[in-house]
Amino acid sequence: MKNLAIEARRWILKSITAAGSGHPGGSLSLVEILLAFYGGVLKHDPSNPKDPNRDRLILSKGHGAPALYAVLGLHGYYPVEEVMTLRKMGSRFQGHPDIRFFPLAEASTGSLGQGLSLGIGMAIAARLDGRPHHTYVILGDGECQEGQIWESAMYAGFHKIANLTAVVDINGFQLDDATKKILDLEPWEAKFAAFGWRTYDCDGHDTAAVTRALLAARDDGAPSVVLARTAKGKGVSLTENNNEYHGKALTPSQLEEALMELEAAHA
Amino acid sequence: MPDLPMGKATRVAYGEALVELGRTDPAVVVLDADLSKSTQSHMFAKHFPERFFNIGIAEANMAAIAAGMALAGKKPFASSFASFLICKAFDQMRVNVAYPEVPVVFAGSHGGISVGEDGPSQMAIEDLALGLALPNFTVTVPVDEVAARQFVHQLAHRMVPCYMRLCRPATSVIYDKGRTLDLRRAEIVRPGRHISLIACGLMVAKALAAAAELAKEGLEAEVMDLHTLRPLDEETLFRSLSKTRAGLVCEEHLPSGLSSIVALWSVAHCPVALDFVHLSGYAESAPPDALLAKYGLTVEAIYKKAKAVMLKKDQRCMGF
Repeated sequence: MKNLAIEARRWILKSITAAGSGHPGGSLSLVEILLAFYGGVLKHDPSNPKDPNRDRLILSKGHGAPALYAVLGLHGYYPVEEVMTLRKMGSRFQGHPDIRFFPLAEASTGSLGQGLSLGIGMAIAARLDGRPHHTYVILGDGECQEGQIWESAMYAGFHKIANLTAVVDINGFQLDDATKKILDLEPWEAKFAAFGWRTYDCDGHDTAAVTRALLAARDDGAPSVVLARTAKGKGVSLTENNNEYHGKALTPSQLEEALMELEAAHA
Repeated sequence: MPDLPMGKATRVAYGEALVELGRTDPAVVVLDADLSKSTQSHMFAKHFPERFFNIGIAEANMAAIAAGMALAGKKPFASSFASFLICKAFDQMRVNVAYPEVPVVFAGSHGGISVGEDGPSQMAIEDLALGLALPNFTVTVPVDEVAARQFVHQLAHRMVPCYMRLCRPATSVIYDKGRTLDLRRAEIVRPGRHISLIACGLMVAKALAAAAELAKEGLEAEVMDLHTLRPLDEETLFRSLSKTRAGLVCEEHLPSGLSSIVALWSVAHCPVALDFVHLSGYAESAPPDALLAKYGLTVEAIYKKAKAVMLKKDQRCMGF
């Protein structure tokens, strides 16, 4: 599992540098969360990706797209090398997930705050159709400053939409600065609990811990949120907790150093 | 001119059509943002409570939930007041519906200043422009109960991203109950050859009244119900304007709605003498008819401007 995380980080950084733009910080913080999903939590089959009974996963923090692209590639949805076309003309790997090019994404995202509402719509539709699948939404911590997140949290809590789980990638930063400095979201547990949600706290870089939290959340009979504590830019010393790389590609020489660092961690 | 009979408000026809749909199409779901008694979606709620979702006073959440339902194969109809729906949920309409082409029908009731006493915060005079600003959106204003009912059915049959403007007051009946209408086809409701009065919503009835006045002077105005602003029925527009060579566009909206669409099209495809009857700013609280009179949406305004446009028909430069 650790090796897969390192592989994902390699492809994330390589594809963003090849594109010349993108969001390394919020992509690297997402890696273990996505590995938990595609490593077993998500009922999803690469050979039948549009099965109506598949679990749905919406990446509401759409700027984390490079992580989604790398992890899906590493799980056999397409040759992972293809992510090197990220952000290039005609590529299915658009800057933010775009279902016209990339139907695996379930929803086009990129304007923050909308994914949880989309997830509610999908979860209600599943219930109406008597389908057993689950809907998951990955949020950013800064994203939760959007009012719509709390409109949707209020709705799901009040209506006990139990086939819905959110994950917040709490990496502590947003574009301008630390979330604690811009608009602090703590206490997370109390906020979501007050809106009728069950909360699960975990180390967002421990794939097994994220997996355990997601599996517990799936069957608890309530809308649940996994509060995944992560580090922005995780895994590379240049980017880890360095918000300069929120939305800036590594230069080719920085990339070379980062890949060597990841190689060393691999060994 | 004989007064047209009054019928139901288009919002009432919307509510009734949803109930009909509910009976025949299990995929139809209806959402509202705590205005179902006004938008009339409460009729669907009564018959199909398990497929009705009152989201609360949260239009952005409602629009995106509707998009999520559509992505999962449902046919969502989401309603609120036009002003709140399209202004507060514009980003969700843009990113969750227009750009990925997710089929959701948004019904904005209480369009225009005919809302009356509630005043400008409740009156959508920008909604058609906002709908038109979104690529992939069908934008339509059913003129009466017959049109509203048929358009709702047609949209459910062939779901597309759509903004439909509905109105609060009872409206004149333009079409017989047995008349078959097509959402994508403008209707000539009175034929003529001297000028085309191109209208939508309650301005269609006023254009008909103005045409009756003009007829007393031997001037034959053609009246077109151009109910659907996108997709634009270019064929009907061309047939009418190439014949009359003069047009007057009438709408209960700022000129960024039907006026702009027709002007843009005419400049490119059929340049003729044109003028416009529209709102120019925010109104106030008063009974609907008093507001329409004060803010210039009258039979008299149409009559006068129509005559001026006909006079200017052959001049290349119109002046101002």
